[in-house]
Amino acid sequence: MSLDTPTPDAVLSVRDLKVSFATRQGVVRAVDGLSFDVGAKEVLGIVGESGSGKSVAMYSMLGLVRDANVSISGSVRFEGREILGLSDTDMQSVRGGQVGMIFQDPMTALTPVYTVGWQIVEQLRAHNEMTKKQAYERATELLAEVGIPDPKSRISHYPHEFSGGMRQRVVIAMALSCNPKLLIADEPTTALDVTTQAQILDLMGRLQATHGSSIVIITHDMGVIAEIAHRVVVMYAGRPAEIGPELDVVRSARHPYTWGLLGAVPRADVKTRRLVTIPGNAVSPLEVPEGCAFAPRCEYRMDICAERPPLRGAHEHLDACWLSDEQRLEIRSTATVRGES
Amino acid sequence: MLRFIAKRLASAVLVMFTISVLVFLIFFATPGVNPASRIAGRSASPAVLRQVAKEFGLNRPLPVRYGLMMFHLFIKQDLTSYVNIGDKIIPQITAAAPITLSLIFGAVVIWLFVGISGGVIAAKNKGKFIDPLVMFFGIAAISIPVYWLGQMVLLITQGGLHSSIFSWIPNGGYVSLAQNPWQWALHLLFPWLTLASLYAGIYARVLRGELINNMNEDYIRTARAKGLSERRILYRHALRCSLISLVSLFGLDVGVLVGGAALLTEVVFGLQGVGWLTYQGLQNLDLPLIMGCVMYGAFFVVLASAVVDVLYAYIDPRIRVVA
Amino acid sequence: MVALGVLLFMVIVTLLAPIYAHDIAHDNPFASNLQGRIKIGGHYRAVMQSNTQGLGLGVTPIGPTWHFSKYFLGADSLGRDVFARILYGGRVTLLIGFSSGLICIFVATVLGMLAGYFGRATDWIISRALDIIWAFPIYLLAISLSVILVTSGLDLGIIHIGAGSLLLPILIIAAVYVPYVARPVRGIVFSLKERDFIQAAIASGASDWHILRKEILPNVAPSVIVFFPLMVALNILTESALSILGIGVQPPQASWGTIINDGLQLLYTRPWVAIAPGVCIVITCVALNILGDGVRDAFDPRAKLRGSI
Repeated sequence: MSLDTPTPDAVLSVRDLKVSFATRQGVVRAVDGLSFDVGAKEVLGIVGESGSGKSVAMYSMLGLVRDANVSISGSVRFEGREILGLSDTDMQSVRGGQVGMIFQDPMTALTPVYTVGWQIVEQLRAHNEMTKKQAYERATELLAEVGIPDPKSRISHYPHEFSGGMRQRVVIAMALSCNPKLLIADEPTTALDVTTQAQILDLMGRLQATHGSSIVIITHDMGVIAEIAHRVVVMYAGRPAEIGPELDVVRSARHPYTWGLLGAVPRADVKTRRLVTIPGNAVSPLEVPEGCAFAPRCEYRMDICAERPPLRGAHEHLDACWLSDEQRLEIRSTATVRGES
Repeated sequence: MLRFIAKRLASAVLVMFTISVLVFLIFFATPGVNPASRIAGRSASPAVLRQVAKEFGLNRPLPVRYGLMMFHLFIKQDLTSYVNIGDKIIPQITAAAPITLSLIFGAVVIWLFVGISGGVIAAKNKGKFIDPLVMFFGIAAISIPVYWLGQMVLLITQGGLHSSIFSWIPNGGYVSLAQNPWQWALHLLFPWLTLASLYAGIYARVLRGELINNMNEDYIRTARAKGLSERRILYRHALRCSLISLVSLFGLDVGVLVGGAALLTEVVFGLQGVGWLTYQGLQNLDLPLIMGCVMYGAFFVVLASAVVDVLYAYIDPRIRVVA
Repeated sequence: MVALGVLLFMVIVTLLAPIYAHDIAHDNPFASNLQGRIKIGGHYRAVMQSNTQGLGLGVTPIGPTWHFSKYFLGADSLGRDVFARILYGGRVTLLIGFSSGLICIFVATVLGMLAGYFGRATDWIISRALDIIWAFPIYLLAISLSVILVTSGLDLGIIHIGAGSLLLPILIIAAVYVPYVARPVRGIVFSLKERDFIQAAIASGASDWHILRKEILPNVAPSVIVFFPLMVALNILTESALSILGIGVQPPQASWGTIINDGLQLLYTRPWVAIAPGVCIVITCVALNILGDGVRDAFDPRAKLRGSI
């Protein structure tokens, strides 16, 4: 991936996205220079703590940020077409028709006064020329696809008549209804119990294969990333900390923040290991330092970290850290000796 | 569901019974107040007072008097007035009802239209100039005494300008719909506007608040993500959910009005509806008339309350499960 | 904020009524002045002028002179200075509005807290009582009570309230609106009761009194405070309605409502007598409502998202 030019055949190509809010206490830089690509049929995971800007980034790309005090800059190309700065009317055909979205809380995601079928049909008919009958048939198929039992009768049920997991399936069905090239999932499983979580992730994986769409999944849970993502973007304080193929990032992470995130995953197979936490608290968006945002909490901080590290690296694996490969090797060997790796 | 309805009915009857007892007690048993003197007039002689007491059975025990009155009101339906001796109460009420209904009908149409449009316009343009403007009118509307407003309207339409601009506006009174629809509407036009102003203000403010709240809900975000137009989102999703809370308010308001709460408007404009009748009864301390009107009114309030509960279940699917 | 200013202005101006009447206008707004003459710009004019409208109905009081010190808004049918009466009347109206509001809120809060906290039997009794009062259309209840009590006074053993006492309208109006505030308070207390911190207090053995006073009351207070300006406005409107109908404030006292009543006979000849007090009511109530909204927004952090009035 070249950071200077958008990748031509990527489904989504983001370059230097910046989103900031003017507030009474100052300028909040929620997203500060985010760049990544999403290829065809690929699952990209965006992972980071709460407040890292991961959700804001995706919402602002699609014009879902309705705050009057926001300013967005950079380049976002969807299938080669620049969508940042599109008029609301143009965005409306992209949203739902070519990009589907799933949100975190299924309990409040659907309008309570309309049946589930009505809401799916609404989206279908907004983007396709279809009769009501055709739309309802298609909606029934979709419900079956996501695993809702007895879809023919459940299609005329109201959202509150479904459980959380079922509602999330409905939301997924709705998001996929127009066969979007890209599906964005914002913490889709956070509000669900572990078993349902696994089911939903599984469903998403299967649907991705059948519909051929790419997925951007936003989460704070590295476990979800390991489960489903092909590539990962690790975000901290609105900036990318590390980007790369999932296996590379998980096995040979380069950024100390990523180490912290990975270390924080409880493991059943390793005994006598205290739960690792990253010291300190997430940085307040008003007080992001000039240099590396993670430096105040970093164990390996050096003088040069007062300067913001650029995002760079070999092949597809990039990181924004001043540590050299030699330094990393050293750190890793010491850790192994101490039994922490 | 049937149990639910039965329970509502039972409590409705209980409420109406208690109201009737309350009214009765207020007029006949308020300590330190002599009912006979009120019926006979304040400066009646003791002899007249005794006469009145005998005639109206005021010497019998309270429960008996109450029972007699209720009997005449509901069962024999020949309750007569204390003041205009011999006049039957119930026919008076049934004659007055259509007038009240006519008044309410027009007012409802106007206030729903103005109130809902006002609320939507204010919410849509939140923060811009027109929003506080609409809200200010809303506040002004609920700060005006209805009776005074009616008088001001009369002053304008019947006073100095009557001969010029407002000559087409009749001076109060009522023409029945069957007789002459155009005159019916013309006579009711300003009463409609006067009565509607108060409610339009309330509804606009309530709707604006609800709409703005609902626009921040998650399902609106989902609707946007579906690629729906802002217009559709506002009207089909946000408004639909906001109107729910207006329904219960509306039901109660209409119930109360049908029961005669528009009495001030009716009196000002000389419309002899149920409210006007109640007022006459109160002025003359004509207890049977008051009792009749109050029971009539209470019936509608209770009915409206029950209808609203049922309607609510229809409109908000979430309630159906509970009911 | 502007609203607060307007309100304070009203209050202060009416409090200054006696000063105006004695020092500036030099007349008694409560005594009839049928024979009086006033001096304006060097000319004497009769307060009650022989009728110039050709209706042959006798005398017509003088209209607004727009001179600040004499019959600014004209005279009423008894020759009294309307402007001075409005100032005095304002005191009465505002007094009734605020006291009714205070009493109503106090009683309603207590009842609401008791019903919500103790539940079961206490709640059932209080709620049924509230339902009954509420099912009575408000004006009907107020009118019924007023017709009886105001014209003949209240004589309940040791409690003697004269027919003309202001206490009657105050209490009646307060009583009628108690359900309006008590119901929401009860609802709030219900949901508060389920909250953890209340459960904790109960578990740690705190007495009911203590909980009600220290835990529940502070949480109910903000909502109740928001109600106050709105209740005052409602009470003022109710009082004026009752007074316009003759069953509110009784002569010799005056309130804005009674002045409107006085002015109705003169509506087409001397409209200002009826217009002015009404305008005062509107201005005061608008100020109260705006104030109420402001107070509510101040307490509710999410309200900033909603903005506007």
